Amino acid sequence: MTHGGRRWLWVAVTIIALWLFLPAFAVLPMSLNNTNRMSVWPEDRSLRLYDQLFGEPQWTAALTRSFRIGAIVTVLAVVLGTLAALAIARGYSRARRAGLNALILAPVIIPVVIAAIASYSLYLEWNIVGSERALIFAHTSIAIPFVVIPVLASLRGINPTLEFAAQSLGASRASAVWHVTLPLIRPGIAVGAFLAFMQSFDEVVLSLFLTGPLSRTLPVRMYSALIDDLDPTVAAAAAVIILFTTVAVVSIGVSRLSEARGAH
Amino acid sequence: MNPGRQTFLKEGTGNGVGELTTEGLSVGQNQVSLELRNLVKRYGSVAAVDDVSLVTKPGEFITLLGPSGSGKTTTLNLIAGFLTPDSGDIYVDGGPISSVPPHRRNIGMVFQNYMLFPHMTAEANIAFPLKRRKLPAADIGRKVGEALDLVGLRDLGTRYPRELSGGQQQRVALARAIVYNPPILLMDEPLGALDKNLRESLQIEIRRIHRELGTTFLYVTHDQGEALALSDRIAIFKDGKIEQVGTTTEVYDSPTTTFVATFIGESNIIRGQADSKRSALVAGPWTLALPAGTTSTGHLAILVRPEKLSLGGVALGRNSLRGVVIESVYLGSARRISMDVRGVGRLVAYEPAGSSLGADAGSEVEVSWAIDDAVVLAERSHPGSSDEDGDDDAVNESDETEQLPDQQSPGSNSLKTMEDQ
Repeated sequence: MTHGGRRWLWVAVTIIALWLFLPAFAVLPMSLNNTNRMSVWPEDRSLRLYDQLFGEPQWTAALTRSFRIGAIVTVLAVVLGTLAALAIARGYSRARRAGLNALILAPVIIPVVIAAIASYSLYLEWNIVGSERALIFAHTSIAIPFVVIPVLASLRGINPTLEFAAQSLGASRASAVWHVTLPLIRPGIAVGAFLAFMQSFDEVVLSLFLTGPLSRTLPVRMYSALIDDLDPTVAAAAAVIILFTTVAVVSIGVSRLSEARGAH
Repeated sequence: MNPGRQTFLKEGTGNGVGELTTEGLSVGQNQVSLELRNLVKRYGSVAAVDDVSLVTKPGEFITLLGPSGSGKTTTLNLIAGFLTPDSGDIYVDGGPISSVPPHRRNIGMVFQNYMLFPHMTAEANIAFPLKRRKLPAADIGRKVGEALDLVGLRDLGTRYPRELSGGQQQRVALARAIVYNPPILLMDEPLGALDKNLRESLQIEIRRIHRELGTTFLYVTHDQGEALALSDRIAIFKDGKIEQVGTTTEVYDSPTTTFVATFIGESNIIRGQADSKRSALVAGPWTLALPAGTTSTGHLAILVRPEKLSLGGVALGRNSLRGVVIESVYLGSARRISMDVRGVGRLVAYEPAGSSLGADAGSEVEVSWAIDDAVVLAERSHPGSSDEDGDDDAVNESDETEQLPDQQSPGSNSLKTMEDQ
């Protein structure tokens, strides 16, 4: 590519990046608003909204509940998703592997509203609507594919003969996976864990159906804050989420970069 | 047989396996026999291994030699337990092991692409089998040190595989496979990914280690030179069957089939029709005397090695033919002369470099050999003998690693090889 061409490429990349990320970061100045009117660039600035976010029990309860559910969902989805990925990558029958793959990835394809209606009616039957358990079940089912996909990608980069080597050296199949495969797919698991957490943490549709007034997660609280009482605290909540996600994405990126450097 | 040798068949990784491994890397204490009895492994309608039987002597170095897809790697994987035979059985010191899972067979294996664990240092790789056997930490440290010494890598123990050259990686893999003193060591084209010089120096090293350990070595290669240099005996594979088993001199000097004759060394095959008295072979316009003791009649082939052919020299007890020299190549110590003989085809002779009896291209020469230097071959026909169809490399799921042995530079790490697949 010519020098000029490269410059235009950078211009295009910058424009696209701004277009993608600017709306998200607009919540940062919004969150410094000191009035009760929403504004992107408030003139009267303070940290009042953060006081409200971390002070009012309605908000703090939703915040801690979201983190708690997200953490449990992450653990469940990582364990189940990694096992599923191992079965898909190392299973014996090709047909069974393909079937399992389709089944596991189905939640990504099925519209969330339909999944929400379905789980709502099912959980009504089981009498668990409004409980954290209901959210954990539902969120885990949609989070699993987000673990399976990166873990499968990691597994494809590993020579399966390594497991045979481990077995010839005295490791059972399970021990070979534990000592050889798992350490090698750790980057995929880390990405999967992050995606699984975010799936649960910012999930709105299922949560709207499955939470009651006493079990609202942060996104549901934000939604009702906007719809019901136009509470500007929502901007502070959004800013916290944006900062948290940015830090997580950057640290994953940095660790992958240093791992890639270390490999050469 | 000796019941003490069967400890590895016991369940559990407790004392049974530990006993064998605490003896240290010592000579001759650990010799067992291995027997393959009528092994068959099919993929669909193709028999990758087709009724293979083989008995090894304790402490022997035996090579499975054959072209790609001939079933030698599949045989190795059956012995290691990565594949289950469709029929037949494998015996170690008289005990069947087909139902023993791979990790309890206590058989060592060295792979073509090293298969070192990339997230572990060389030391940790070598300690891996000892840790699985739950040896005390002090013993592990000592044995790892001994194994590193044996392969000459004492100073590189803390390096990761990616920081080692290909030859060094394969030495670590070798150390890892022998550190727990397995009575049988399987090697699947271990030098296939290395360049020629490295291959030769590692051959010498493998020979030495075999001598020092006294372990039974089963070595797979498609390189006949390597097989001749290393082995006590060679089993030549073709289309899933063993064509011939014998010492290196047996398979070179007295091959039983044309396949073995052409696969090992350079060979001149002369086909013809034997007369009823089994004393003469009619090949085109020529009538040649057959070696004494020839038992076959009818359609026949004889083998004459190039170094047994000499120009001129019509004499009693010698067969001779006339041909036209196609090409004469000076090789330093000898001259390689290829000629075309009417009704027979191309023949190759090695002449001592000094004597150049009118051997220029285009000249007509007489060529002769002692009648008893020829070997009568069985003309076995193999219907549908396509060498490339068999699934030789079932564990790697593709034959690519076997087909591209020289693609890997010595400095690249094993993860790269994996990504290539």
